[in-house]
Amino acid sequence: MDFKLNEEQQMLQETAARLVRGEYDFEKRERFRQSDAGFSEAFWQQLSELGLTTVPFDEAHGGFGGGAVELQLIMTELGRGLCLEPYLQSIVFGGGLINQAGNDEQKNDLLPQIAAGTLKVAPALLEPQSRYNLHDVVTKAESDGDGYRLSGRKAVVIGGHCADKLIVSARTSGEQRSHDGISLFVIDGNASGLQRITYETIDGLKGCDLILDSVSVPASALLGPVGQAHAAIDYQAGRAIAAICAEAVGAMEESVNLTLEYLKARKQFGVPIGKFQVLQHRMVDMASELEQARSMAVLAASVADAEPGNRRDSILAAAKNVIGRAGQYISEQSVQLHGGIGMTWEYSGAHYAKRLVMINHQLGDDDHHLEAFVALMKTS
Amino acid sequence: MNINFNEAELAFRDEVRSFLSSELPQDIAAKVKGGKHLSKEDHQRWQQILSRKGWYATHWPVEYGGVEWSAVQKHIFDEETAAFGAPRTIPFGVNMVAPVIIKFGTEEQKQHYLPRILSGEDWWCQGYSEPGAGSDLASLKTRAVRQGDHYIVNGQKTWTTLGQHANWIFCLVRTDTQAKPQSGISFLLIDMQTPGITVRPIITLDGEHEVNEVFFEDVKVPVENLVGEENKGWTYAKYLLTYERTGLAGIGASKAALDRLKEIAGKEVKNGKPLLQDPAFASRVAQVEIDLMAAEITNLRIIAAVEGGGVPGAESSMLKVKGTEIRQTITDLMRRAIGPYAQPFPEAEMELDYEGEYLSSDYAAPLAPHYFNMRKLSIFGGSNEIQKNIVAKMILEL
Ligand SMILES: Cc1cc2nc3c(=O)[nH]c(=O)nc-3n(C[C@H](O)[C@H](O)[C@H](O)COP(=O)(O)OP(=O)(O)OC[C@H]3O[C@@H](n4cnc5c(N)ncnc54)[C@H](O)[C@@H]3O)c2cc1C
Repeated sequence: MDFKLNEEQQMLQETAARLVRGEYDFEKRERFRQSDAGFSEAFWQQLSELGLTTVPFDEAHGGFGGGAVELQLIMTELGRGLCLEPYLQSIVFGGGLINQAGNDEQKNDLLPQIAAGTLKVAPALLEPQSRYNLHDVVTKAESDGDGYRLSGRKAVVIGGHCADKLIVSARTSGEQRSHDGISLFVIDGNASGLQRITYETIDGLKGCDLILDSVSVPASALLGPVGQAHAAIDYQAGRAIAAICAEAVGAMEESVNLTLEYLKARKQFGVPIGKFQVLQHRMVDMASELEQARSMAVLAASVADAEPGNRRDSILAAAKNVIGRAGQYISEQSVQLHGGIGMTWEYSGAHYAKRLVMINHQLGDDDHHLEAFVALMKTS
Repeated sequence: MNINFNEAELAFRDEVRSFLSSELPQDIAAKVKGGKHLSKEDHQRWQQILSRKGWYATHWPVEYGGVEWSAVQKHIFDEETAAFGAPRTIPFGVNMVAPVIIKFGTEEQKQHYLPRILSGEDWWCQGYSEPGAGSDLASLKTRAVRQGDHYIVNGQKTWTTLGQHANWIFCLVRTDTQAKPQSGISFLLIDMQTPGITVRPIITLDGEHEVNEVFFEDVKVPVENLVGEENKGWTYAKYLLTYERTGLAGIGASKAALDRLKEIAGKEVKNGKPLLQDPAFASRVAQVEIDLMAAEITNLRIIAAVEGGGVPGAESSMLKVKGTEIRQTITDLMRRAIGPYAQPFPEAEMELDYEGEYLSSDYAAPLAPHYFNMRKLSIFGGSNEIQKNIVAKMILEL
């Protein structure tokens, strides 16, 4: 066993870390957040210039040919900076769907642009009734001449507000929650009949709900085999889970560090509050949760690119479960240990706290993944 | 022993219920139940209704306009008002400064301030905490120096809840810098209109303006605004803190919140079925309901034990910790209940007069902000760590 990074990976990590350190302090993040796009186009360009947006794609598509470990390194740094750019949505999840399900024409057309950062995509898979179940789809895609006509609503599409193209799941056959019968479509952001209801999220990101009112698309918009998109959706959701686990670890590390520094600096009763044993133990618990989270992020990255199947699925479910719980614990304790300061908008720590809780609401919370784990568990 | 309400208590509950059904304004109740923003006017309108009925100052002696209720009656009142969606009482005037004035103030102070609290003419805020003095309140630095018949006050208070609405602030100030920290503190009543006072908003992580910083620069305060004796303020502050903590268990509010949680989880859908029928989620809800059941009886036992003997002491610390943990768990579950829709933050939907379409449902928008806001419960009123220190020392004698 060897947990060490190779030289190339170390360089990648340093590149990402240096960029985030240089470009993403808390004041800048507040400015990016308040801009129309809700993130920094300039930072996005830097990600692209440094080749970080190309990481998971094949060389044939202008990529770097990296895998889940490389993504993990980048996502952790982005998490550390609470970065607002749609890397997870466009590069990891959206790009992954196209890479797995797309035909050569689609891949040759879209992937180089995504890898270069000039085209942003966002997966639009959830619906108002579906909670975290990616197979709970009622949006309909009906054959219409050579193409399809889509109607329905997609929910909480993070990064959807700025996406040039949306990757929408819709039902071409089958019952509401059946995994068979789901198809994927690549739809232009300005397609007629497509409406975006955009909003900020509580943790500073932006997203939208999509209303599809008889949106007509050509046959070439279909991504992958008709009615069999669940395989790509499930597999790519798994890669996205590994990536968001890594992001969470970066945010947790910052949150734990800020709290630790505060315990040393803040004095009450004439001593640093870190001298109080109850706070020491709490801090130890936070640090242990972080270690557990780190381990699961490593484990998740190690299976994210593996063959689909029981082992991969249960490890990813376990990882997201641990991350969800650890994130909430660290979030709540960081606020508590800071006292009033931890509750303020002006303090960066509060924004880490919010992001960590909200990561539990993306790609399934700890309950959802516990249930998934139980379903996969060998009980006999 | 009989742990059920007796005839008289049941009759009292009916009376409270019929009062609430006819007098609690529907628009205000709708805001409270929906977690929407309450205005200063909403609070004042409800306070005046209670005041007219004689049910506002429930902790005061009758001679000053209070009521003579037993602990059980107070409990019933808290529970029913919360269940009907009445706004929580803003405690700073009626439940904090008033008991101190009643116990330690001069006759003139009682005559002047108490009626104005009852009528709602004055809105009080609490000026205890400072940037350097939170849990260690006795280390406070705001100075009051006697000059003729005035004190000159300089310094800064912080975390002042709803200070933006207040016209009066009660402050702990340092009048003796030589003495031991606790012995050099005085309790001053300060008119917020006095020149030299600046109130600056602090925005909390949920985007709300609920707390403030209050700056004092050469603020002249008449000596008759001193409560009790100079340098005895710590004694009065401690007296007040036990009052503050009694209400912080918030059993009534938690019961109302639990009902709301069940209502929401009954409407939310998971795999085509109500979320409340999902075994895992239902277990989480059941667990907090069970804890609340126990806390309610603990609350009643503790209040009953001190019945007639004033306010509970260190026991109230235990209640505060349990009560706030339960409330925080309920808000955690409400946020969890709405799944991915906990992320969007459509602030406009938090106003009652919102007329647009709701993104997902009419209840979702405030739930995640509310969860984050409620983290304050374990920080203020003496943090839960401080409460446990008190229990360890005073009750367990460790
Ligand atoms: C929303 C909100 C509203 C408030 N409203 C008011 C108000 O209206 N008026 C007012 O005067 N104040 C108000 N407060 C202030 C509140 O009382 C203080 O925040 C509280 O006393 C804690 O102080 P602090 O924030 O300075 O934290 P600190 O005292 O710095 O505490 C930081 C951490 O250290 C822990 N700690 C400190 N000492 C010990 C110890 N001896 N042993 C173990 N752990 C310890 C604390 O529990 C906490 O976890 C409000 C606070 C909030 C958040």
